[in-house]
Amino acid sequence: MYPETPATDADPVPGLVGFTAVLRGAGVPVTTDRVAAFLGALDTLDVTSQVQTYWAGRLTLCADPDDIARYDAAFDAWFSPRRGGGTRISDQRRPRPPTLAALMPSTERGGGDQQAPELIRAAASGAETLRHRDLGELTPAERDHLRRLLAVLRPDPPTRASRRRRAARHGEIDPGVTLRSALRNQGELRELHRRERSRRPRKVVLLVDVSGSMEPYADALLRFAHVVVRRSPRSVETFTLGTRLTRITRELRQRDPDRALHDAGKAIPDWSGGTRLGEALRAFIDRWGQRGAARRAVVVIFSDGWERAGPDLLGQQLERLSRLTHRLVWVNPHAGKDGYAPVQGGIVAALPYLDDLLAGHSLATLERLLKVVRDA
Amino acid sequence: MNICAPSPSAPASPAELAAALRTTGYLADDGLATAAFLALKMNRPLFCEGEPGTGKTALAQALAQVLGAELIRLQCHEGIDASQALYDWDFPRQLLHLRALEAAAGVDGARLDAQAVESSLYDRRFLLARPILRALQTTPSVLLIDEIDRADDEFEAFLLEVLTEHAVTIPELGEVRAKTPPVVVLTSNRTREVHDALKRRCLYLWLDHPDIAREIEILRSRLPGLPERLAAEVAAAAHKLRKAELIKPPGVAESLDWARALQLVGARHLDVDSAAATLGAVLKYREDADRVRDQLDSLLAS
Repeated sequence: MYPETPATDADPVPGLVGFTAVLRGAGVPVTTDRVAAFLGALDTLDVTSQVQTYWAGRLTLCADPDDIARYDAAFDAWFSPRRGGGTRISDQRRPRPPTLAALMPSTERGGGDQQAPELIRAAASGAETLRHRDLGELTPAERDHLRRLLAVLRPDPPTRASRRRRAARHGEIDPGVTLRSALRNQGELRELHRRERSRRPRKVVLLVDVSGSMEPYADALLRFAHVVVRRSPRSVETFTLGTRLTRITRELRQRDPDRALHDAGKAIPDWSGGTRLGEALRAFIDRWGQRGAARRAVVVIFSDGWERAGPDLLGQQLERLSRLTHRLVWVNPHAGKDGYAPVQGGIVAALPYLDDLLAGHSLATLERLLKVVRDA
Repeated sequence: MNICAPSPSAPASPAELAAALRTTGYLADDGLATAAFLALKMNRPLFCEGEPGTGKTALAQALAQVLGAELIRLQCHEGIDASQALYDWDFPRQLLHLRALEAAAGVDGARLDAQAVESSLYDRRFLLARPILRALQTTPSVLLIDEIDRADDEFEAFLLEVLTEHAVTIPELGEVRAKTPPVVVLTSNRTREVHDALKRRCLYLWLDHPDIAREIEILRSRLPGLPERLAAEVAAAAHKLRKAELIKPPGVAESLDWARALQLVGARHLDVDSAAATLGAVLKYREDADRVRDQLDSLLAS
């Protein structure tokens, strides 16, 4: 695979550690103990063989299939002699995304500053009006206020019966506890202790459409997703749909909403691009859903249903998804508007497979969504 | 570093290990052989991820065979806990034992000594060793923790402790420590992201579908009676099926099943009839089968 490099007397450790630093720069989360493992692995292998060095690094420094492509590029740049080996490396980081209009409070928008004092004066009633305002038409000050309202949401996750049992008044007999209590009474069985199944959080998957037509809502929806993920980080997964599928759960698990959203924005390559809902959904089902992420989960799709490709694929994928999920919910920001009828190609194809079609254009409707999810 | 030699003939290089694995019918490429070699030498668990049917479980079986070790398998599932993975007390037998003691005491008219009764109850003969404890007590052994992604996070944390210490503490009995740590292979189908803390202690191996040449080799070594032509045809067809955007693309396990099925129906080579008759061995979804059945001609055209 790689040509053998000539053995040298020089200490290889600084070069190897330098490589791990470059790898970290390329976006692979390399920790010190991983570096130690890498050096430990090379200790038992042949450091002058590029194949063995490659595998030692890949086995110890990577932790995810997504890391492997970055690793390959970094390895090639650092070790292959034709690029000057070990001195230069091209920056593997993805180019910064364009400034996200919806993520940043835009100062250009007229009237933003004048409206702010009014809003503060009427804070109590303002919050109530704001709950029903369309998320896509907020002024910067309202947007700021909305963030604070989102931050205090306390979404309860849906639950399901677990395989685990816990002590209870009714239910089957727990032999272990019964025996232990009998022991305390000289081996006399006085009381039967019982147990029953406990409840566990049910999985929730949020799929947020970040294509151009959803842009006005994307910021608020991702902030909403952040609140839901933070509330139960182990049972909620979040993906964005556009021309491709991006998993942003890891980014959204961070505590600080602005940092989480900034990192999520960096991770999404197809922000405000076109829509290939059907293909993105297929990628989700193939790579995550079918293996378990969507099985018996509550899956929520936030999208306006505009589909660039034909609706057939979308319909097929939703049929697959509906067979996997516990409940399939579609949230359409336009569904709450006057005169809305589900006529867009995508949503027509989707309707037969949905358990709920909800509006999602305001805070009040998002709160209703949380109720639907909780009771699912 | 604590370097262990689980068998007197421990391989000295990845190439040697690959050769040894080959004798068991498991064909390892460079990466896989290096991974397994490092797992043995560095005494680290090997964390295998990849599509279903890429030989994750088979690797553990082959390693056990090469090392002459017992393969101990722990199949993970939702809600698995220490009593299913580590040990449990045999409560019905303990209860019977207690009754027997009481009956004996009743005959003699003696009083039972609570302390003595308790220590006799928590005796090793009432201990049910589950896979992990069994692996710690058996030397040499290969511990296969299958589909760790199906277990809960709490179970991962618990595994972490056992895998780093190679010891468990049973409150009533004391510590059980492995004389030689078992070789540990973890597999995951990526239904859920396994916690970083667990991955950090492991070697990470991503397994892909093999290329056609290697798949032919695998088919031939696993099914010794398989004609070379049939093996090549099955491998080529499976390769095409993997690119056909199916709901469940076939893994190596499926192409092995397919080849075996073709052998059983007495097909000498893969044609439209024999393929249609045995399609159930390789495609497990009605939608996939319907789609492929319509295009069998182009699938089989080489």
